[in-house]
Amino acid sequence: MSNNPLENKQEYQKYVDEKSPNSPIYKNCFNAFWIGGLICSIGQIIMNICKTRGLDTQLSGTVVSIILIGISAFLTGLNLFNKIGKVAGAGSLVPITGFANSIVAPAMEYKSEGYVMGVGGKMFTVAGPVLVFGISASIIVGLLYLIFNTQSITLV
Amino acid sequence: MDWFNSIDWMQLLRCFVVGGFICIIGQILIDKTKLTPARILVIFVTAGAILGGLGIYQYIVDFAGAGATVPLTGFGYNLAKGAIEGVKEFGIIGAFTGGVKAAAGGISAAIFFGYIASLISKPKMKKQ
Repeated sequence: MSNNPLENKQEYQKYVDEKSPNSPIYKNCFNAFWIGGLICSIGQIIMNICKTRGLDTQLSGTVVSIILIGISAFLTGLNLFNKIGKVAGAGSLVPITGFANSIVAPAMEYKSEGYVMGVGGKMFTVAGPVLVFGISASIIVGLLYLIFNTQSITLV
Repeated sequence: MDWFNSIDWMQLLRCFVVGGFICIIGQILIDKTKLTPARILVIFVTAGAILGGLGIYQYIVDFAGAGATVPLTGFGYNLAKGAIEGVKEFGIIGAFTGGVKAAAGGISAAIFFGYIASLISKPKMKKQ
């Protein structure tokens, strides 16, 4: 055995990796793939319905978001979403359904703390950071666009 | 069944594959890193806003439709695109109003339905 602590640490990590059960990453990825793809396809079908009714792309996208968010919020409230999420992993987390779930799940948990600070406050434990970073990034994008007045890559 | 006949099956396939692929990226992040789901959501939204700002994400949206707009990267893309359109229309004020304006439907729906769903939710059963 070497006395080099780093080497020992690496050896230890190797040992742990060999002993610990293989995390079923391929199976997880497969489930995430088809469930995520299915959710997006449902969105696409809703979008097609909206477009045949004469809505433009922007508005159709909004309708898709609202419907998917509504469905997943209520599925979370009925304790069904976490059952899907257990199988789907990122398949239900990454689509906009995960955003709705991230709002309802902590709100449910803190319901006992009241309807204002409990539900109303804890709704944003996960969604808050998402909105902070998303909106801040969009403002920076807008300001950069204002300064350089171009989207460099689209003009290539 | 107007809408059923209007389905472009190749488009739907592209949507399925691209949407699924974006979720695989998320799954790899979950399995291979110690990032919490909250951080992964933040990463996806921010990445979508940056790619949207660079104009790259537009190509993915044109290719895959809802396969690109339904994942959270699409939410970020929508914010960034709205901010750029806001700047085109209103100048510097648009950078602040455009993004949220474009994503207003989703954000408001999430808050409203989220609150209602929490109110009607059943208390969690502990069955462990």
